[in-house]
Amino acid sequence: MNQKYMYSLIAVIVLILIAYVGVEAAGLQVLFGIILPYIAVLIFIAGFVYRVMDWASSPVPFSIPSTCGQQKTLSWIKHDKIDNPTTTTGVIIRMMLEILLFRSLFRNTKFALNEGPKISYVWEKWLWLVSLAFHYSFLVVLIRHLRFFLEPVPVWLQWLEEVDTFFQLGLPGLFLTGAILLGATTFLFLRRIYLPEMRYISLAADYFPLFLIISIAITGILMRYFTKVYIVGVKELAIGLASFHPTIPDGIGVLFYIHLLLVSVFFAYFPFSKLMHMPGIFLSPTRNLANNTRFKRHINPWNYPVETHTYEEYEDEFREKMIGAGLPVEKELPVVEKE
Amino acid sequence: MINPNSKERALELGHKPPKTDWMDTPTVYKEGIYCYAAKPARLEYVSLPNPRDWSCTAEDWQLPENWKEIILEGMKERLEKYRTFKIFMDICVRCGACADKCHFFIGTGDPKNMPVLRAELIRSVYRGEFTTAGKILGRIGGGRKLTLDVLKEWWYYLFQCTECRRCSVFCPYGIDTAEITIIGRELLNLIGLNIDWIAAPVAFCYRTGNHMGIQPHAYVDMLDFFTDEIENVTGVRCQQTFNKKGADILFITPSGDVFGDPGTYTCMGYMIVIHYLREVYGLDITWSTYASEGGNFGLFTSHEMMKRLNAKMYAEAKRLGVKWILGGECGHMWRVINQYMDTMNGPADFLEEPVNPITGTKFENAKTTKMVHITEFLSDLIIHGKLNLDPNRNDRLKNTFHDSCNPARAMGILEEPRYVIKSVCNNFYEMPRNTIREQTFCCGCGSGLNAGEDMELRLAGGMPRGNAVQYVHNKHGVNNLICMCAIDRAVLPACMGYWAPEVDVSGINELVANALILPGEKEKTVNLRDEPIWPKDVEPDEFYKRPSFPGR
Repeated sequence: MNQKYMYSLIAVIVLILIAYVGVEAAGLQVLFGIILPYIAVLIFIAGFVYRVMDWASSPVPFSIPSTCGQQKTLSWIKHDKIDNPTTTTGVIIRMMLEILLFRSLFRNTKFALNEGPKISYVWEKWLWLVSLAFHYSFLVVLIRHLRFFLEPVPVWLQWLEEVDTFFQLGLPGLFLTGAILLGATTFLFLRRIYLPEMRYISLAADYFPLFLIISIAITGILMRYFTKVYIVGVKELAIGLASFHPTIPDGIGVLFYIHLLLVSVFFAYFPFSKLMHMPGIFLSPTRNLANNTRFKRHINPWNYPVETHTYEEYEDEFREKMIGAGLPVEKELPVVEKE
Repeated sequence: MINPNSKERALELGHKPPKTDWMDTPTVYKEGIYCYAAKPARLEYVSLPNPRDWSCTAEDWQLPENWKEIILEGMKERLEKYRTFKIFMDICVRCGACADKCHFFIGTGDPKNMPVLRAELIRSVYRGEFTTAGKILGRIGGGRKLTLDVLKEWWYYLFQCTECRRCSVFCPYGIDTAEITIIGRELLNLIGLNIDWIAAPVAFCYRTGNHMGIQPHAYVDMLDFFTDEIENVTGVRCQQTFNKKGADILFITPSGDVFGDPGTYTCMGYMIVIHYLREVYGLDITWSTYASEGGNFGLFTSHEMMKRLNAKMYAEAKRLGVKWILGGECGHMWRVINQYMDTMNGPADFLEEPVNPITGTKFENAKTTKMVHITEFLSDLIIHGKLNLDPNRNDRLKNTFHDSCNPARAMGILEEPRYVIKSVCNNFYEMPRNTIREQTFCCGCGSGLNAGEDMELRLAGGMPRGNAVQYVHNKHGVNNLICMCAIDRAVLPACMGYWAPEVDVSGINELVANALILPGEKEKTVNLRDEPIWPKDVEPDEFYKRPSFPGR
């Protein structure tokens, strides 16, 4: 039994139970529908800003980009302006490729050891593909939820939904992104427990957000397609929250409160977890700096003078030998007067 | 020592992690993997803390009483000073993309050599000692306290990383294990925990100007000896100048090439090129015995030590009053020059913006550091037709090129060496794409791990490179591995001897010099290694009669 994922699984189950008992038995709709979501959003914003400011408060003493292409050099040698950028534009394009398309992850290969021994590097793009699918579907799902906060629902959002329900399977239309989100997170989880080295490096903190997102997706899908909740009430609550006039409409199913608690926990957990890789990538010095330090000076704000071994000290120690070897010296040997 | 009959050993590794969780798997110091501890005299010479006679396999490391405080205080200080460190401690998601990109993981199968886990060794302490969640959750939160066992684990695995940055290319967030290792080693050095193979060159370099500890007169002697060797082969006496004030250019290269084969042939190569440029164009390039080291083992000790050793380059250029500096073939030397030198020891406003006086080309990309890479310089000379080259003289060689980690991933000098190589030889074959350029594999011995006692680690780490070379050897008959780094030249012969035994190792300038037609040279029948210049399967007469052979 893998303790690490059990801890995380138990934590998520406990959360679900808390919401269930809290709403069904104790009638704490106000707590789960209003107070906790507000607190979660506050923690998210404050925590997020704090963490980013904290990172930014540490300087970048040296410019150390990882260069992944030809440097800028003689005019007739083709410079790789994106993978080895020297300008801000180049850096921005590199960062955009990294952030929007996960370019570095796309390079991924898998090594295989064959008889010989002979090493081969096998095509491995699944991690890239699934990660991309996961992040983008998550984003679309998040955007789609704006329909609960906006009245009337903007046209662009309706278009987005139309595209998302492209594969119409009965009513209501199946949101593709919801299914992809669930599928992708499940893949990422299975990968962690089935690949031995992944299982070895994974922490409880790697499983927890996965379980959280999987549960959020499942409860969402359940609400939409299976055990329906009172959707008008949900929208009323959402608009109430957004307009700071929160109300608790009657008759929204408990499933909704479970979903909402999990989402609240997700937001509150975000700033203190590895999920901060989202803003982190923007600040990563190996990616967001230009490789221009040979023609544009990079300043280290805490550069301080150090003790060095000067030429004078060097010559003082070796002067005699240097003169013997015919090397030029700054100071001649002292003339020893004969007694 | 690695058993030469156990190449299949690699297959037996299986790369399967042990049953116990990594935090519960004790670190066992294996002979052949670790390097010996730094001797006290080295640390004393450069005033580093806690000099003493100690052994890394001994129970007692003779640490200062408050060692834990020192390390934690050091971590805190570095979290505040380096955004890299702070971010890399926080944002790893353990996606595993880096895991099998490390030559040491591929070669040793030790899961703690996966870059992610190497970083987790430090990250776990960061979480356990510095973050609130980690302090409360402890193990469940992936945190742990700094203990002596943890410290010994750090030492063992931080000296199994060559700071090659291959993992950083594949990391979706650009997490650079080299940076983590650099800072990790810097922390270890706060309590006197270095390896002798790094500490000795640092102390030597500080005193004599070079890692090998060659004193000025001996340095001149070595090059004089090479002058004789060159004369035997070419009939031309390539006399060099040293510490010459008012020379046009100061030439700085790693001392390893002055000292050991096959780097010595590269050194002779520089001497021939320098002599040619003086004879033909009147260009005055001088060597320095004070700044007689391009490499910088300070980089493997601490940022401060790197700065202390690097300072020599500008200081000497200033003293001699040269126009700019020319740098030889070296790996981490160029990382320091490209990414640290100007920031640490600049601005070098006493030098001129580098211009090639022979072609008039401005080296725009070296405008502020004022230091030009020799393959940039040679590429410019060659494309302008300023070198009289006969690539046929390298016909006995079928070459491939090993991109060194630092020039590839901390600079991006990829095409210049290829252009020079292709201009001076007729046979050139690339290794597979996954093993060259920005994805190049380390020689397995960078960052000061090129000692003798860690030979098993070196050969294991060299396995991916060895495999790729063997591949082009089988496919194209490649018999020469060219590299642009002095450590490569020092260590790859052993690595090739084990993994690709029919392949020699050489530097670029060795081939350049072999191809270069010197004014007044005698008819050349052998190269710098005293080997006949015609291919194995060709008769000398036939070789000289080839239509492609330029008349003499």
